Amino acid sequence: MSDAAIRQPLGLRLASTGFLVFWSLLACFPLFWIVVMSFKVPLDAFADDALQVIFGPVTREQRGGISISDLIFGALLAYGIYKVPGLFAKPAVERLSAGRWGRFVIVPVYLAAVAFMLDAYWITGFTVLAAVAGAALVWFLAFADEPGEDSVVLGYLLATTIYLALAAALAWYAIPFILSVVRSVLSAVPLIDMLAMPVIGVTGEHYESVWVGREFYRNFFNTLLVTAGVTTVSLTVGTLAGYGLARSSSNLAFWLLILALVFRALPHSVLVTGYLPPFISSRAILQPLWDMPVLGWVLGLFSANPPTLYGQPYAVIAVLVSINQPFTIWMLRSFFKSIPTELDEAARVDGCSDFEAFRKVIMPVMWPGVITTGLFSFLLAYNDYLICSLLLNSQNQTMVPAITQFFDSETTSTDQVQAVAAAVSITAPLFLLVLAFQKQIVSGLTAGAVKG
Amino acid sequence: MRRKTFWKFVGPSVALMLFFIAAPLVAVLWQSFFLSVPVVQSVEVETCSPGFPSQTCVTELKSRPVLDENGRPVTNTAFVGLQLYNAVVQPETVWQALKTGDYEAILRIDFWRALRFTLTFTFVTLPLVLSIGLAIALAVNNAAPKVRGPVIFVSLLPYIITPVIGGISIYWLFVGDGIATRLIEAVIDRNIAVMTMGWAVEALMMFYRVWHVAPFAFVIFYAGLQGVNRDTLESAMIDGASRFERLRYVIIPHLMPLIIFVTLIHLMDSYRVFEEVVAFNAQSQRISLQWLTYDFLQPDDSGNRSIGRASASSILTMIGIVIILFPVLRRTWRDHKS
Repeated sequence: MSDAAIRQPLGLRLASTGFLVFWSLLACFPLFWIVVMSFKVPLDAFADDALQVIFGPVTREQRGGISISDLIFGALLAYGIYKVPGLFAKPAVERLSAGRWGRFVIVPVYLAAVAFMLDAYWITGFTVLAAVAGAALVWFLAFADEPGEDSVVLGYLLATTIYLALAAALAWYAIPFILSVVRSVLSAVPLIDMLAMPVIGVTGEHYESVWVGREFYRNFFNTLLVTAGVTTVSLTVGTLAGYGLARSSSNLAFWLLILALVFRALPHSVLVTGYLPPFISSRAILQPLWDMPVLGWVLGLFSANPPTLYGQPYAVIAVLVSINQPFTIWMLRSFFKSIPTELDEAARVDGCSDFEAFRKVIMPVMWPGVITTGLFSFLLAYNDYLICSLLLNSQNQTMVPAITQFFDSETTSTDQVQAVAAAVSITAPLFLLVLAFQKQIVSGLTAGAVKG
Repeated sequence: MRRKTFWKFVGPSVALMLFFIAAPLVAVLWQSFFLSVPVVQSVEVETCSPGFPSQTCVTELKSRPVLDENGRPVTNTAFVGLQLYNAVVQPETVWQALKTGDYEAILRIDFWRALRFTLTFTFVTLPLVLSIGLAIALAVNNAAPKVRGPVIFVSLLPYIITPVIGGISIYWLFVGDGIATRLIEAVIDRNIAVMTMGWAVEALMMFYRVWHVAPFAFVIFYAGLQGVNRDTLESAMIDGASRFERLRYVIIPHLMPLIIFVTLIHLMDSYRVFEEVVAFNAQSQRISLQWLTYDFLQPDDSGNRSIGRASASSILTMIGIVIILFPVLRRTWRDHKS
């Protein structure tokens, strides 16, 4: 078809472009606005005039601000931080994985973590379990490959960690210094010294009082614990099930998938209604297990008395993993389906058992699907409000339900701006996630729909 | 794959789902027929206050919860049949209201209020999500390849953001003298308070949901548009089909499976509407079915959770889900059989 034939009339093109611009603005405006508000003193943040909210004259007078030169150079540096991985990631990852540098880093880190755990808790069921799990992870990351092969996953992990640490250090220590040098140089020159004058009022005090004063970092660590647990467990269980379902065409597999679809539709509050009574009285329910001869001794290593599951992050992880299973197995199944069965058959001909074929032949080509599904598991756990707010008590609350504590005290406007700052703090990791994994998110969204 | 190997792979996942999804469902059904109340006993209490010439004593009957040896209140669980469902649905009041024609009275009962809102919400947002998602997909497909990446990036933000936070960020624009309220006031030249009007809150909640889900529909439809058969389009053009006719008779039929998929997902998700009520602080104006259960589960002032009523409203919510999913399940079953 020639281009002239599909060329559209000007009116349609203008309408289409205009609609796109409008949608893009609409999509990011509420988020942009809370970011702007979170950096102002309350007087500016709740001002009548939109321009006053953006430029923050009161904030500029009381707390100082940033100048045009700061904006330009800050943006340049941020762009650099964003672009550098694209330029140097490949050789760096190759270096880090090829020389087996990973082993020299990850083994000491693991030993240090075990030593720390023993120092803090001594030998209990949990420390033993964590040490074994950590050892398995180390073996999987650094030693599981054939000799002579590179451990690429570990290389990526190390490269990302090192780069993020460097970037954070740069942002924290070097950038303020560079910006102040630029400002002092510019202000020495007449005419362009205007560029160095503070224009936009900015203050970070709300973030400080949220994270330090209100101890939001506790909620952050709880979120970290819950999301890490949910992602790893649901991927482990889900890949196995997804592979099994993708490679089976029996009636049973069909009905399992339909059952999973029905389970996916269940409102979460229905399930929580079922969890709450046994979770609250779990100590009495579980007591017989603790009284049993051998099992009781093993369980006693974990805790002297049966635990009250209500308020335990571990219980919430189990709940979220199960709720997430239907979605996870549907998505992973469609990714496994796109891997040709000839691959398994070839492996089986070469003498692999089913599990070996899965582990050594299928999984290495399955990483994109696993990463994508992991992203969505992470999102479910990170964004959950209902389950965490009902099953966790206020001592170990995660970030999203904890934000409601700011509204109970919605008396002063300072509290409100602090709530805005907390909201932005919760959103920032998600923003970075989209920035880094846009392709995977899109492929995950379309996986279920397009591949059927 | 042999049956045994299949179970080895699927076993852990199925066990988790049975234990944490199927078992709670059975428990909820069970709980909805039983009412647990703390056992209360009447005790004669004599309270005396010093007086002259003799102290004045008052004897009264007080009810106290009975405590067991651990100091916990003893509860008595009894089968109550459909009493809990009655308490949630209140059929007599509804019947009375229907007879007198006072429909407002029905909507004063929490359950019917929640059902009304949930259904309106679901069926108003559905066409909006589909049409806006399709419109964005068509517009992006029209745009120059260079801008597609950034537009997809920006569009993903509302979808990926924590629902409660996204809702609050829109709530902040309108609450009190928020920036959007100012804008409206400047246009109509009158003072308004958006958050005091029930219908406005409802509209904002729907707006939020469309804003949140339209990107999902957009990404799915955009992926589908890449597979439209160009030959069919071309022959339609040669046959003199206008732009709209091409959309109507070539593109939309091609996207139909995806439209059904998005519809299914959206029906399931918006029937569970919950976070909007929290984010827009709307419990006094609009509540949803899932929020109703959540509210029963929250401890009241004396620390009791009305598990029984929550179970009853859960079961009623589930019945709704089954009705919504029924056509889909029937179709899948037919496809599988043939």
